[in-house]
Amino acid sequence: MANYLLRRSWQSLILLLLVSFIGFGVLHLAPGGPLSQFVPSAGMAQEDIDRITHQMGLDRSFAVQYLEWLRLMVSGDWGNSYRDGISVLSKIASHIRPTLELMVISTVLAALIGCGIGVWGAVRRYSVMDVLSSVGAMFALSIPTFWFGLMAIYFFALELSWFPVGSRTTIGDGSVPDILYHLVLPVSVLALVETAVWAQFMRSAMLEALQQDYIRTAKAKGLSERKVIWSHAIRNALLPMITLVGLQFPILLGGALVAETVFSWPGMGRLFMDSLEYRDYPVVMGILILSAIMTMLGSLIADILYVVADPRIRVN
Amino acid sequence: MTLLTTTSSIDDSLTKPPGFWTTFRRNRLAFLGLIIISTMVLLSFIGPIFNPYDPDYIDILNTLSAPLSAGHILGTDELGRDVLARLMFGGQISLGIGLAAMALSVILGTAVGMIAGYRGGIIGAVLMRLVDAVMAFPTIFLILALALLINPGIVSTTLLIAFTSWMSVARLVEGQFRSLRNAEYAAAARTMGVSEFRIMISELLPNAFGPIIVIATLNVARAILLESYVSYLGYGIQAPIASWGNMLNNSQLYLTSAPWLAILPGLAITLTVTSFNFIGEGLRSTLEPNR
Repeated sequence: MANYLLRRSWQSLILLLLVSFIGFGVLHLAPGGPLSQFVPSAGMAQEDIDRITHQMGLDRSFAVQYLEWLRLMVSGDWGNSYRDGISVLSKIASHIRPTLELMVISTVLAALIGCGIGVWGAVRRYSVMDVLSSVGAMFALSIPTFWFGLMAIYFFALELSWFPVGSRTTIGDGSVPDILYHLVLPVSVLALVETAVWAQFMRSAMLEALQQDYIRTAKAKGLSERKVIWSHAIRNALLPMITLVGLQFPILLGGALVAETVFSWPGMGRLFMDSLEYRDYPVVMGILILSAIMTMLGSLIADILYVVADPRIRVN
Repeated sequence: MTLLTTTSSIDDSLTKPPGFWTTFRRNRLAFLGLIIISTMVLLSFIGPIFNPYDPDYIDILNTLSAPLSAGHILGTDELGRDVLARLMFGGQISLGIGLAAMALSVILGTAVGMIAGYRGGIIGAVLMRLVDAVMAFPTIFLILALALLINPGIVSTTLLIAFTSWMSVARLVEGQFRSLRNAEYAAAARTMGVSEFRIMISELLPNAFGPIIVIATLNVARAILLESYVSYLGYGIQAPIASWGNMLNNSQLYLTSAPWLAILPGLAITLTVTSFNFIGEGLRSTLEPNR
């Protein structure tokens, strides 16, 4: 167990180093590199550029620059925005809450609905419902998220006027019901793809659980169908689902980016898109690296939880 | 040399087209997908012959005219351009990028996977950690950040999509090569003096053809979807060139006055992507019946 955790954490650390190297490389390959923020300003002589280059340490070797950058990253200094000089981390911190709201609520919804559909499909295998939900899941995974968002806005916000077209609150209002009201459409859009994935995984996990010997034993000793499914099959099928939360993380983050753009949701995805437009490389890079770190942490935590939850894994 | 490669059942299903075709056709969804894709390809590449409008012709007297009006079957957009013509030419771009990005990602993934799996050791470990590292980034974030570094266009969009889609192929091929590099027929070929490169290409690689074809098909779907995301967000195919993704770029502004501008390209994307996914799943159950 301890051995496994150690190995897994070690792997993640190496991965982080590689990720940071990619991030650093991208920042320096950018047209103009870190200097690009100064170049356009008029009245700037070559000696000024040379001076700034020296001040910023850009005349040192690539390896030295990378190590220095890495040291700053680890100590929490992720640089400042080119746009307004605010530090990258505090910029991200002020935008992360709305994104987490979207992600957490849609994941909880998707897990509940998806697991329900998956169990139903596995128990009534090849029934009309099962076939429909399997085909539906593949269909849901083929729809561009942003287009689904546009269609949701068109029908439910513009045609029917049931929900607002976007943003997180009504101006001047900010009460919980108002926020929830604004959450409905973006959360549904984000949850659609997730639900499909949950349903697919739960269905196959459930099918596998139903084939196990202990299910046959439970049936043989005369337990009711309901009891077999609820307290034996589902309990075991749910265990591998823990890792799905980690696996889904990158897809979920990408989905949040798109949903935020369509619904003008003031989260990290919008910050990312705005920073792209202003070529604000430090913020772009900060969010990119943070998204990779979150993905890795997500899968690490999911793996650890899985080992904790399922004693059978620990033996192997 | 061909005598040595008879261990795989996947090969059999590929070399006997009738058997393969009958099994594949029994999968109705995959068959439907094939029909839809063929229709899309015909419409995109042959269709423009029968449609009198130029996709780039701007007609400011006829902007936002509804489908089936003013002589435009699917209406016009905010600049008066014919939507049907743009959908057809956009289809050429989107389908073309989908196929090209798939081909590139399969070639890159296969090459990395072959080297990593056959060599193993430090080279293999480093390559596979690189696969993990690229996979750690959410794809859309990575593509958009990289898009800042190059000029947007058809070639660069294709390259970006390929660069973020090769990892699954690499993992698959690496696994196959790792388990087969010491197989007896590979060892036999080695003692007969066959070069390492030839062993990789003509002895080991064919074993992975089935799963590679499946991933390749699913990668076309993924590439078309990614193109639509990047172009919709404004960092992919640039106007005036039409693609299904960038046709949706401005459509949100005209949702009330011209909803067809948002509905039609999205339908085209969804239909095509679903079809490729159906075909991929159909191929999976035909080529890998044990899974």
